[in-house]
Amino acid sequence: MNRQIVQLFALTLVLFGVLIAFTSRWTVFEAASLEDNQLNRRGLIEQQQVPRGLILARDGSTVLARSEPRGHGKQLTYVRSYPEGETFGHPVGYSYINIGESGLERSRNDALTGDLNEFGTIFRELQSKEREGDDVVTTLDPAAQQQAMELLAGKSGSIVALEPSTGRVRVMASTPGYDPNTVDDPAVFKALNAPGNTERRLTNRAVQTNYQPGSTFKVVTAAAALDTGKVTPDSIVDGSSPQTISGVPLANSGGVNYGPITLTTALTNSVNTVFAKLGEQVGSQTLVEYMERFGFYKDPQLDYPEDSMLASGIRNADGRLVTSGFDVGRAAIGQGGAEGQVQVTPLQMAEVAGAVANGGKLIRPRLTDRIVGQDGRVEEQIDPATQSQVMKPETAAELTAMMTDVVNEGTGVAAALSDVQVAGKTGTAEVRNETLNQVWFIGFAPVDDPQYAIAVTLEDQPIGTSGGANAAPLAAQVLQTLLGGG
Amino acid sequence: MSARTRELFGLIPVSLLVCAGFAAVLVAQSQQASDLTATYGAVFLGLCVFGHLFIRARLPDADPYLYPLAALLAAFGLVMIYRIDAELAREQAQWFVIGLALFCATIYLLPDHHVLERYRYTIAVVGIALLMLPRFPVIGEQVNGAFLAVKVGPVQFQPAEFAKLAIIVFLASYLRDTRDVLVRSRLKPLTPTAQALLYGIPALFFLLVVLGLGLAPVPAVLFGVFTLSAVSLIRERPSLKHFGPLLLIWGLAMLMLIVIRDLGSSLMFFGAFLALVYVATSRLSIVGVGATLFLGGAAYLGTTVSHVQSRFDTWLDPFDPDLYEATGGSFQIAQSLFAQADGGLFGQGFGQALLELPGGGTILPAAHTDLIYAVITDELGLFGATGLILVYLLFVARGFKTALVASDGFSKLLATGLTAVFALQVFVIVGGVTKVIPLTGVTLPFVSYGGSSILANMVLLALLLIVSDHARRDRDRAGPGGLV
Repeated sequence: MNRQIVQLFALTLVLFGVLIAFTSRWTVFEAASLEDNQLNRRGLIEQQQVPRGLILARDGSTVLARSEPRGHGKQLTYVRSYPEGETFGHPVGYSYINIGESGLERSRNDALTGDLNEFGTIFRELQSKEREGDDVVTTLDPAAQQQAMELLAGKSGSIVALEPSTGRVRVMASTPGYDPNTVDDPAVFKALNAPGNTERRLTNRAVQTNYQPGSTFKVVTAAAALDTGKVTPDSIVDGSSPQTISGVPLANSGGVNYGPITLTTALTNSVNTVFAKLGEQVGSQTLVEYMERFGFYKDPQLDYPEDSMLASGIRNADGRLVTSGFDVGRAAIGQGGAEGQVQVTPLQMAEVAGAVANGGKLIRPRLTDRIVGQDGRVEEQIDPATQSQVMKPETAAELTAMMTDVVNEGTGVAAALSDVQVAGKTGTAEVRNETLNQVWFIGFAPVDDPQYAIAVTLEDQPIGTSGGANAAPLAAQVLQTLLGGG
Repeated sequence: MSARTRELFGLIPVSLLVCAGFAAVLVAQSQQASDLTATYGAVFLGLCVFGHLFIRARLPDADPYLYPLAALLAAFGLVMIYRIDAELAREQAQWFVIGLALFCATIYLLPDHHVLERYRYTIAVVGIALLMLPRFPVIGEQVNGAFLAVKVGPVQFQPAEFAKLAIIVFLASYLRDTRDVLVRSRLKPLTPTAQALLYGIPALFFLLVVLGLGLAPVPAVLFGVFTLSAVSLIRERPSLKHFGPLLLIWGLAMLMLIVIRDLGSSLMFFGAFLALVYVATSRLSIVGVGATLFLGGAAYLGTTVSHVQSRFDTWLDPFDPDLYEATGGSFQIAQSLFAQADGGLFGQGFGQALLELPGGGTILPAAHTDLIYAVITDELGLFGATGLILVYLLFVARGFKTALVASDGFSKLLATGLTAVFALQVFVIVGGVTKVIPLTGVTLPFVSYGGSSILANMVLLALLLIVSDHARRDRDRAGPGGLV
């Protein structure tokens, strides 16, 4: 029997070995994925016992998010409160134990919870300091953000404004919005996420929704054509209508036949046939290359949760990004078909305007200005970083002049300000089987020393609306506030 | 150094663990070390020394390591439970006092374990009755769908803990008697035709069934092992008369699955049964038939009985959101895994694991019983958990060593059976917590909170020590050069 007993012991060894192997699996090998598991609330619970830092507006004094103590003793926890409510709901996001985090609350979570690297943690424990979160000072302008939300009230749309030379996002408005103070109520959160809910209030339209850009995309086409030397602003182009693009006739807005005109005049009047022909001349490869320089084809380089952002670019009917095989003539004027349609986020179009304003250099956009410790020391200052040189400074200057004409005598006159020169481009895309319009305005001001670039868009406006009439005035008001306040 | 002195030295690590453990928990909870907690520690150590002195008096030759190892596990459990809930630790300490009394009573009343052989059928009937108890109306209690507990007035107890001892005693005694006649030791060689028929017909049958039913690979392998084992078993022409009681136990084990609906305890009983049959007869064929029948039965029940089925589903996919939200769903096992992931390599330290939600309520259900291993892993990490498993392994090694040293069949089988059922219990609960097998409500011996578990395991320890005392005395009497 002894041999069998020894064999039995060997079997026990194997079984206990399996136990140790599985324990290592959960504690070491799969620990990271378990900690990231959506059902795992342990991290959040532990964080709730540490006060998160404040989230502040650009002025460093307007509080956008703060932690309030609840209970006492062992039961003491901190619950997030958002004094500005819906106004900053999308960029700031929320942080609750039952639904997790979003927006800056998520992308700046480590700073807000004082989550240091391993050495920092050990050092802090040696000093037996309490763990505390750092404050995050954002780039957002309270007055302009407030105004943008008011201008968008009752409509679906988005306004994004940023500083071209620094990438600081001053306005990130998206409507319909939500009040982050209410979403921790499971019923409210569930209703907001219900499949039949078409309002999509939790969606930050500034970065998370793709729209057809309409004629605002002609700025990208013009940049590619001018920068590659295909044309100059004074080149005479054929503005007749209709013209055959990819074997299908294309007409100008209202069927207007402009005849031979300069490229500047063509942009001022947003002549479709000219830019479609120009697109064919540039070719799809070059157009895509310039789009990539502008930041298309990848998620915005913003300090915002990656899965809450959507890349812009040319998408086919399946929603996949494509770089060839599309109708380049129609893409050049922001249109397209099943094989490829230009799709953009409002932030991307603000970056397009910003790159032109900043002498062709695109600065990485960001929502955080600095991270400040509880002792008032600046822990981290986020400096401007160049994302790419999109075009030559001369090209940018030519394009600026052309976009100035758009506001002074073209489709964008409604964006003009009395004391400051504005440059821009309008856009009106027919959507939902040409029954509704997506209206756009992108631009920047002042022209001689651009301080702010802006993109405004409104969803599903009735036929008869246009970017020039419905979006440009909103841009003018926000720019006025920003310039007046700045 | 005498065995007893070695045993006394073995208690030193236990005292260190008790002191360090309590101190660490107190520091982590930033409380003053009160006189009361110091008293707990002192009383526990006093009890340990008392038990040692009792062994010194009654079982001077018993294995010197089993008792300190059990004390180490108990001390560890006490510290963990104290960390979870001081009130529970007080109750647990009381159970240890009663357990120690039962331990001493067993040793006092049973100077020679061979007496048990005389009452084997009585013991078997008592064991089976104990198992059935939770199904009786009024006193029976259903916990999470399984029938494992009995409640009389305020006292709840788990008869299965005691039933395991009774069944092992019965099997050891019965198999000692019949092991030589269960299977024939010498086989007549078969004619080639007979051999061809013996293996050909089952092979054909196997193929027909597999192809006819279109079995998936896993059932096909299971069925193949079954056919092969069954053929070898038939070839041995076992005596049905002597197999009768074994088949009865077999049937009961399967019935248990249906009656108490707990996969874990069934696995524990049945595994110990197979281990004993294997040691007694050295026939893998019996193990093959038994194991495949058990797995087949378990798989069948897993797809038909809804309670067992949900245990299976939660085991296979604990992170399915629907299962996670469901009552009695995968919340517990998922939280167990999250807690272990939190522990990492070195753990968060005594008293640091997150057990309660800030708003009240628990994040780790049954932390002091079913999931105590997850708490240990969370606080002491992979290293602490591995250390615990190694202590169990040492205990099991000493148990099997006792079986090896024992000179008569009953002692060998009894020690083997007790050790095997102990090892299997550890495997079933730790395996459940670490998702090796479906999670079921079995206690972690000596560590989990629970009166029945402590009492039964103290008796188990007493029985092992009695067997060991006899075995080592016999060996020493045989003098140097005797059988080891």
